[in-house]
Amino acid sequence: MTFFSTDSIIETIHMIKLNNLDIRTVTLSLSLRDCIDTDVKIVGDKIYDKITKYAKNLSRYADEIENEYSIPIVNKRIAVTPISLIGESCKEYDYVYLAKVLDKAAEAVNVDFIGGFSALVEKGCTRGDRALLDSIPEALSATNKVCSSVNVATSKSGINMKAVLVMADVIKKSAILTADKDGLAAAKLVCFCNTPSDNPFMAGAFTGYGEPECALNVGVSGPGVVRAAVEKLDKNADMSELANTIKKTAFKITTTGELIGREMAQKLDIPFGVVDLSLAPTPAIGDSVAGIFKAMGLEDAGAHGTTAALAMLNDAVKKGGIMASSHVGGLSGAFIPVSEDAQMIEAAKLGHLTFDKLEAMTSVCSVGLDMICIPGDTPNSTIAGIIADEMAIGMINKKTTAVRIIPVPNKKVGEMAVYGGLLGEAPIMKVNNLSNESFVQRSGRIPAPIHSLNN
Amino acid sequence: MEETKIIVTLSGADKVGIVAALTAALAKYEVNIEDIKQTIMQDYFVMFLLADIGKSKYSFKEIKDGLMEIANELKMELWVQKKQIFDKMHTI
Repeated sequence: MTFFSTDSIIETIHMIKLNNLDIRTVTLSLSLRDCIDTDVKIVGDKIYDKITKYAKNLSRYADEIENEYSIPIVNKRIAVTPISLIGESCKEYDYVYLAKVLDKAAEAVNVDFIGGFSALVEKGCTRGDRALLDSIPEALSATNKVCSSVNVATSKSGINMKAVLVMADVIKKSAILTADKDGLAAAKLVCFCNTPSDNPFMAGAFTGYGEPECALNVGVSGPGVVRAAVEKLDKNADMSELANTIKKTAFKITTTGELIGREMAQKLDIPFGVVDLSLAPTPAIGDSVAGIFKAMGLEDAGAHGTTAALAMLNDAVKKGGIMASSHVGGLSGAFIPVSEDAQMIEAAKLGHLTFDKLEAMTSVCSVGLDMICIPGDTPNSTIAGIIADEMAIGMINKKTTAVRIIPVPNKKVGEMAVYGGLLGEAPIMKVNNLSNESFVQRSGRIPAPIHSLNN
Repeated sequence: MEETKIIVTLSGADKVGIVAALTAALAKYEVNIEDIKQTIMQDYFVMFLLADIGKSKYSFKEIKDGLMEIANELKMELWVQKKQIFDKMHTI
């Protein structure tokens, strides 16, 4: 006779039904390095054929597994080799065409997003990298499912300030080209420091050069589950008990991700890659990282103490999750995207959560300045300064940081930008208007930091 | 085989014939019942059932869809899940 515990069954069903436990994404990581050719049309044909061959059953199998375990798999995604490399050998560059091919292939296999319209330029651009960067605004505004990421800094190489300046311009242009949708294209674009090569989350997913031919990576979610567990704790429980509760909850969330990932990989007959054990909020009520802060005892996200609370949360999630999976990777930690988290939106609207506090929080969270809307008339130099600051935090602290910021065309501080779905909505936040023009226009590279004499 | 074990959780207002209807459906789909537990929680009847679908000629989906029909007729909430999710989540 097999043993089964009714308490475990009730707890699991509660986590799914009441606390929004879900698998945020199953992401097929796919190398496109064998699609390189001198003729861009041939490259496009090879890319389309390869994606539609490997990902043919991704969506169907995900639906089957979702039904078998009654756990929602919210998104199916594909991450490919940085396209800057794949299109670089063409006699005539046409990266916008390749973006359209990616979009068409993603549509054909019924996935939600395809990432990898990317370049790694922390030390400088090749000709192909530069052509890709320049094509991003048009590529993202002409496609629906394509996501783009550009790594402009690492702890070992420093910050490529020339690329930062270019990206500020690219972000602005992307937003302007999709002005009718509150600058949606910029929401599909992210700048990174220390980007991971196996991240399943968008907009930053791509297949790094050291990755295998293909693999299945999983991104779990579950801020609502952590919030519920913290709320259940005695109000006088000390920090150790709080951290332990989060660790145990993260373990449960991650084992579920590992199970679903392995089943998916087995069905697709490809290797299982990593579980990214991130707490990714959604705009759904209760599925909020800011909600966890409140459950911990802060009046709202943004109160003094928020950074400490986030640091503990981020660390406890990793400690609990790492035990639950054979391979943890990607971004792994707590995300703080403003527009995608109902209570962060509310905190930003009320002025409880400011841009500067968000920047401080990014020094201890898993990623960075994420889904933050700023006025459409913000100068490019200010955007470059925002990126440079965030990259500096990542570079010095040897962590991944990112900037996904949307200068919403024709909108001013306090107005709302609305994207819908997982991307949610957000108030336009105030940025510091002091000029940094002479600083950022120096261009060049900020040298890599010393890795001793830590302080 | 652990992969063929399922947990069926049925909940709702108590009435005559709930267990009979569900077990008859499971028999129809050639599903072997290994254990049943039931309880009353907050005035609701809740039944947990461990079964093995390994010897059934029907697929998981066909069985789940068939059971869902019964639950709809009974106006009760039904969850049918592979057992592994509970094993993985609650054991180290």
